[in-house]
Amino acid sequence: MSGANRIAGQGRLTPARTARFTFDGVSYEALAGDTVASALIANGVHLVGRSFKYHRPRGILSAGAEEPNALVDVARDAARRQPNVRATVQEVFDGMKVESQNRWPSLSFDIGGINDFFSPFFAAGFYYKTFMWPKAAWEKLYEPFIRRAAGLGVAPTEADPDHYASRYAYCDVLVVGAGVAGLSAALAAAEAGARVILCDEQPEAGGALHFDTSVTIDGKPGYDWAQATAARLAAMENVTVLSRTTAFGYYNHNFVGLAERVTDHLARPDRKLPRERLWQVRAKRVILATGSIERHMVFANNDRPGIMLASAARTYLNHFGVAVGRKVGVYTANDSAYEAAFDLKRAGVTVAAIVDSRDKPGEAVLAEARKLGIEVLTGHSVVNTKGHRRVSSMSVARNGGGAARWIAVDALLMSAGWTPSVHLFSQSRGKVAYDAASGRFLPGTYAQDCLSVGSCNGTDGLQATIEEALAAGELMARATGNEGGAKVELSGENAFEWSGGMAGAGEGAGVDTTVKAFVDFQHDVCAKDIRLAVREGMHSIEHIKRFTTTGMATDQGKLSNIHGLAIASEVLNREIPKIGLTTFRAPYTPVTFGTLISHSRGELFDPARKTPMHAWEEAHGAVFEDVGNWKRAWYYPRAGETMHDAVNRECRTVREAAGVFDASTLGKIEVVGPDAATFLNLMYTNAWDTLKPGRCRYGIMLREDGFVYDDGVVGRLAEDRFHVTTTTGGAPRVMHHMEDYLQTEFPHLKVWLTSTTEQWAVIAVQGPKAREIIAPLVEGIDLSNEAFPHMSVREGKICGVPTRLFRMSFTGEAGYEVNVPADYGQAVLEAIWARAEPLGACAYGTETMHVLRAEKGYIIVGQDTDGTVTPYDAGVGWAVSKKKTDFVGIRGLKRPDLVKEGRKQLVGLLTKDPTVVLEEGAQIVADPNQPKPMTMLGHVTSSYWSENCGRSIALALVAGGQARMGQTLYVPMPDRTIAVEVSDMVFIDKEGGRLNG
Amino acid sequence: MADTALRLPPLGLRHGGSAAARVTPAAPATRLSLRAGPEALDALSAAFGLTLPTRPKGSALANGRHALWLGPDEWLLIDENEADLMAVAAGASALHSATDISHRNTAILVSGPAAAGAIASACPLDLGNAIFPVGAAARTVLGKIEIVLFRSGEEDYRVECWRSFAPYAFGLLSEGAEDAGL
Amino acid sequence: MLLIYCPYCEEERSELEFRHGGDAHIARPANIADITDEAFQDYFFLRDNPKGLIFERWRHIHGCGRFFNAARDTVSDRFFASYKAGEPKPDLPGVAPASEKTVETYEATEGNAQ
Repeated sequence: MSGANRIAGQGRLTPARTARFTFDGVSYEALAGDTVASALIANGVHLVGRSFKYHRPRGILSAGAEEPNALVDVARDAARRQPNVRATVQEVFDGMKVESQNRWPSLSFDIGGINDFFSPFFAAGFYYKTFMWPKAAWEKLYEPFIRRAAGLGVAPTEADPDHYASRYAYCDVLVVGAGVAGLSAALAAAEAGARVILCDEQPEAGGALHFDTSVTIDGKPGYDWAQATAARLAAMENVTVLSRTTAFGYYNHNFVGLAERVTDHLARPDRKLPRERLWQVRAKRVILATGSIERHMVFANNDRPGIMLASAARTYLNHFGVAVGRKVGVYTANDSAYEAAFDLKRAGVTVAAIVDSRDKPGEAVLAEARKLGIEVLTGHSVVNTKGHRRVSSMSVARNGGGAARWIAVDALLMSAGWTPSVHLFSQSRGKVAYDAASGRFLPGTYAQDCLSVGSCNGTDGLQATIEEALAAGELMARATGNEGGAKVELSGENAFEWSGGMAGAGEGAGVDTTVKAFVDFQHDVCAKDIRLAVREGMHSIEHIKRFTTTGMATDQGKLSNIHGLAIASEVLNREIPKIGLTTFRAPYTPVTFGTLISHSRGELFDPARKTPMHAWEEAHGAVFEDVGNWKRAWYYPRAGETMHDAVNRECRTVREAAGVFDASTLGKIEVVGPDAATFLNLMYTNAWDTLKPGRCRYGIMLREDGFVYDDGVVGRLAEDRFHVTTTTGGAPRVMHHMEDYLQTEFPHLKVWLTSTTEQWAVIAVQGPKAREIIAPLVEGIDLSNEAFPHMSVREGKICGVPTRLFRMSFTGEAGYEVNVPADYGQAVLEAIWARAEPLGACAYGTETMHVLRAEKGYIIVGQDTDGTVTPYDAGVGWAVSKKKTDFVGIRGLKRPDLVKEGRKQLVGLLTKDPTVVLEEGAQIVADPNQPKPMTMLGHVTSSYWSENCGRSIALALVAGGQARMGQTLYVPMPDRTIAVEVSDMVFIDKEGGRLNG
Repeated sequence: MADTALRLPPLGLRHGGSAAARVTPAAPATRLSLRAGPEALDALSAAFGLTLPTRPKGSALANGRHALWLGPDEWLLIDENEADLMAVAAGASALHSATDISHRNTAILVSGPAAAGAIASACPLDLGNAIFPVGAAARTVLGKIEIVLFRSGEEDYRVECWRSFAPYAFGLLSEGAEDAGL
Repeated sequence: MLLIYCPYCEEERSELEFRHGGDAHIARPANIADITDEAFQDYFFLRDNPKGLIFERWRHIHGCGRFFNAARDTVSDRFFASYKAGEPKPDLPGVAPASEKTVETYEATEGNAQ
């Protein structure tokens, strides 16, 4: 027998199918289908954890996702370990290792339990009050102590070896919950022809039918009907049934997140299986059939192991075949708990007494109790309990303060009634409304296309639930255009209708008491803490929530919310609806990060964009740098070279012989149409109608506010066709910016834009020998200076494939940019390299490109500009047309701040000591001896060692910079102050003769 | 005269996915981004030898040449026989813009009973038969990248993406195919 | 995540395919080079940030590529209408204009009290 408390003939598990697991190192036997909680109770283990704050011994309170106490650490192996798992949800698999949490050195003797004796210091808000002074002690003393003493489980340290899957899904009707209501609704919708997704967090359908064995539907026991119906639905082509799947978040426009647990219940899962699968469902309609959650009773010491919800005891008995005790007491304000007593009594368990705080319970249950010979104490309450690691007795007194007597019990079942699960409804931004007659918050105003059915909608009674759900299913199917199907009819019967329920503190835990009557078990919040919060001035329920922490974090008030409200309502002397309910947050239950991330891990975390020549660059020893998503060749170190050595060699070689560079990542946009030049006139500061086909021009693009947005060389291929280049990082936003103006401001223009960034591989060949290198490979283009001068473009062939050949330069040397269709890039590069290498040329990377352009004072938008720089500030004012009457930014450039004196302008900086290389970003001051804070004139934007100049060079934005030529300024650094001289921005070949080489 | 450069497609020869959803690189094709107003449609349709679709998600096929509707004035033309589409466009006198993007895009084929599931692992489009039937085409997203999705058969999809994104798309689809095939 | 009706694709598509484009119906002055600083400030910098109804621009950037306009409630995120760029603001019977009152308390924006 798998556990001494397993009762032969009870429950739905198969006795022959056993599994072994350990709890705190002790091995136990379970049955297939057991949860950790049911298996532990079967083996007589009730003490499973320590509470969050007081470290009080805690047991298993529930049999579902609402469990606040029995949080355990579950491990498959060293890397597959998860803390804070609900023992009531986690299914046992063979070989599983379970550890209790939040205790040291052991669960039964936990040193932190001393907190319980000092609990007066740990009242609500204690964090805010106790640890305020001295301030410095917070970080070093109090916080580490609190984190260690009051915490949940410990996060795993190893990387998660599992993988996770993801799926977008669409449906007509999403039904959340596969209890009576959900199954009925799904059936009606599916039979009408709707695309249906039905999900439920449990391994099997049935919901409350797991415990409620007094229900029959269509003549079958309720649970059997549920399994048959789920199977029928799963077999339908238009239905997806997802078990072990929690709808954790309800977002805008019927977007619902589902987490499907795929392998956590399997002993040896197939490696191909994801651990969990994230479903991102967009439903035309949603039906919420999320049921309700039983409330506990609030009384002194209501948290001892062995004290649990009455419905949970029924689940353990009727589903798992486990008796939660040998002599149980029942404390209730609601009829439903009676049925737990009946079931246990019939299974041979002694029921010590049913203590009912009401004077008049339902007649039917009272009669049945009498028939079974169970003592019922109406108008009585449980006012205290005893028992350290498990409840041993309950103290019962007549309401209004009679003498109490102790009754020995080894389990105490309780029910204060049922709270409709309106969490998802609330997440959908629906407004709940308080139903005073039943004392419940129910769905009121809907914000989205959804309906609540069954007990989450406050619908009582089996047949009423079925009919409401069937009607909703059909309605939603019809609303989404489904016209087929026969009407579904179902009839259900149950033994007892339930009435009753209460909210707030019970007898002996009222306003004048200081007993520990827990409202929120997970956060150790007692009734008195809520009263204290009110006394200290927290009158809004949102303030009470934050001051006491009730209903926060993973619990989200599943058990505590209504009790907390009722207690606050009593002290505030305001009706519950006037206080309001706190907002329920997603996720409904915790979702592991792996599921949310799903496939976005490792190589699929982010696209790594490689150019067509990447393999060649790798083979030639390139070191790569990330530029956005691109992997760009940074420099090509030879044996023994540092980066500095390699870059110096590359810089020298390009100017002395030539260099070959991969410029493919540059953004490219093809602008085509009769109004192409007119459009570019509006988008760039320059004039384009004067550019002749076959020629190129450097263009500056502004935002409407007058600041530099992007730059690049534009080539005119024909009257109606331009080849526009953008910065590497700017390509997508420039395209978007241009489309914006074209579509919304200038829609009359006949011109179209196409991104061609990746159509072309671009090989820059720069340096005195550039022409010699490419000449034999090129067909149909006269490369002479006269026929093909600097800033020209020609179409022809290279290596037998089409090319757009640009004569242009970002190095200051004569050079070409060879554009070929991307798939040919590597072969053309190989051909060019075969010519270049023997001529003494090198391959160079982005670092050398940066140095060479800085030597020429060519700016990089985004490095030398920062979104507050005008073309005039950047020294490229010559590119702003004075004749045009309109272009984007023309008005912005005239703003008072943009034309005033003293703006930061881009200039060159030469350190007085030529060997000192400034730090990019370093601040610049006029007087290094001024008092702090100093007046800063600007900052260094680009700074390099220039091998070609034999000294350091820098560019900087300096206030009034162009008027400071020759001035000495200072760059204060932590260890020294560096003197610099302001210079112009061109450090090499100031006349530009090399360009025409 | 140098040797003619050889073509090196971004994905090379690789296979992925599962038996239920095979993921393979498509053969090279010529491609055109075609832009034009409604007044040019007849002339352009005649030039390309097919009727340019004018409905959202529409497509047309003639002799291995596909025209996919991407927007109200935008079509993606794909010629699996590698015909010179720029030359064909140049022959049409109606006002239009044609840009060669044969090398910008590359395509991945996803085929098999779980093909739709593989794509749905990272693509937020509704792929239901009524919404995305055979012949449907749309620009959309796959994970973090933009794609054009074309349903060429009951269980056959073509995923077009820019070449540098192809390894990422291939990886995503292969992983999706593994899961969808379970 | 929103579901947005694209008037060009004639169907609702996931927000993932779209990019927000700020307020709609703000025309760039034809004589922009000549307008006053105040007029430029109004045109380029100042926006209302209303509570309730807003007319805004979207681009179906990863779909048909088109810019279009939509009327949305900034509180509920409900869309009342989507329409093509260049079309006038639609009549929205029964939809109240955005309130002028600034809402600053938590309860007023998020509290569920009835």
